[in-house]
Amino acid sequence: MDLSPVWLTLKLATLTTLILLLIGLPVAWWLSKKRSLFKIVIEAIITMPLVLPPSVLGFYLLLAFSPQRGFGKWLNEVFNVQFVFSFQGLVLASVIYSMPFMVSPVKSAFQQLPLSLSQASYTLGKTQWQTFRHILLPNIKPSLLTATVLTFAHTLGEFGVVLMIGGNIPGITRVASIAVYDSVEQMDYTSANNYSLILFAITFILVIGVFIYNKYQVKSPLE
Amino acid sequence: MIAVDIEKKLKAYNGLQILQVKKEFEPGSVTRITGPSGAGKTTFIKMVAGLIAPDKGSITANETWFDSNQKINLTPQQRRIGFVFQDYALFPNMTVKQHLEYATNDAQWIARLLNIGQLDTFTNHKPGHLSGGQQQRLAILRALAIKPQLLLMDEPFSALDVKMKVKLITDLQILFKEVGATVLIVSHNPQELDGVSSDELVMGEI
Repeated sequence: MDLSPVWLTLKLATLTTLILLLIGLPVAWWLSKKRSLFKIVIEAIITMPLVLPPSVLGFYLLLAFSPQRGFGKWLNEVFNVQFVFSFQGLVLASVIYSMPFMVSPVKSAFQQLPLSLSQASYTLGKTQWQTFRHILLPNIKPSLLTATVLTFAHTLGEFGVVLMIGGNIPGITRVASIAVYDSVEQMDYTSANNYSLILFAITFILVIGVFIYNKYQVKSPLE
Repeated sequence: MIAVDIEKKLKAYNGLQILQVKKEFEPGSVTRITGPSGAGKTTFIKMVAGLIAPDKGSITANETWFDSNQKINLTPQQRRIGFVFQDYALFPNMTVKQHLEYATNDAQWIARLLNIGQLDTFTNHKPGHLSGGQQQRLAILRALAIKPQLLLMDEPFSALDVKMKVKLITDLQILFKEVGATVLIVSHNPQELDGVSSDELVMGEI
């Protein structure tokens, strides 16, 4: 059995999760503070992938990054970067597609912390960054873990967006979920079953791990 | 000397209410702030701390902290005020000792504070494993850890039993003098600060 789709999937999920930790944390913190119409619009855009058919998102990404036109052409000519039918395209699409899974739980966790915690830290002379690093972040650890695992697991299971923007190029964009589909199309049920079992097992272990961890935090992991 | 002359509109159940305070606090004095619920006592001390901005007026300590005309508004970090929150605002991730270490590097001062607050045997406990009274004492100690020139306390003794309260207040008085802090205490119980406070600010009576 060709294991490259599995490795590619794990690589994609790891990269996407790392990038989303970097982007998602500050965005979630920013969204958790005072509301404004602008923030509501941004939050709605971030949440869209939750409800939008993945093929729609994939289609627009395909249009936006097509090397034949507009922005995609400019990226290609100036930076020699191509997001369509390439691994970096998969990463970009996954980051957008999985963003709500990182941002929403972390934002709620920040909002549930009493305002007085930050205020107490400020009165001790600490900056916003020190407060974020030493007070806020350590106190949302369970939610952060849940968000990280959900983001990872969700990226493992991506299909529509990945197929639209990446296609099915072995070793480059052929992730495990696409390999399942491909194998079934070729009536190769053994391979389809193998890929499916691997995805099933990884996802199950991740989710049950979070549930067990959160049991000790007295909180549902989906909160 | 800390001179306060500020005004802020507050939203109350019966419409807008204007909170107006004009008062001077002598250096080293202890002032009790009283008044009915909703009179704006907490809002007032948060404005002095820089956590809430007044609509207009001025707050002057050794320098101008707030002046609506000159558009000066120092941050809480710049004002370096000790603040004891009504909900204690303890950090759930930190032990008793870590709370104080977060505020100051002075190990001797930390040891002394722990001793006065009778928390020296609980240094490795997190707030979740402390009693209400212990949590309240920790909140007071943390505010004192930065040796503030001005200490603002919002109902700081409400969770303490009478014996502990008397002992702590006596010890705190020594610390206040040592640090040279001017102290403002919001209190519902007029008796608890007898003999401690030298001044009083009654809010909600115009």
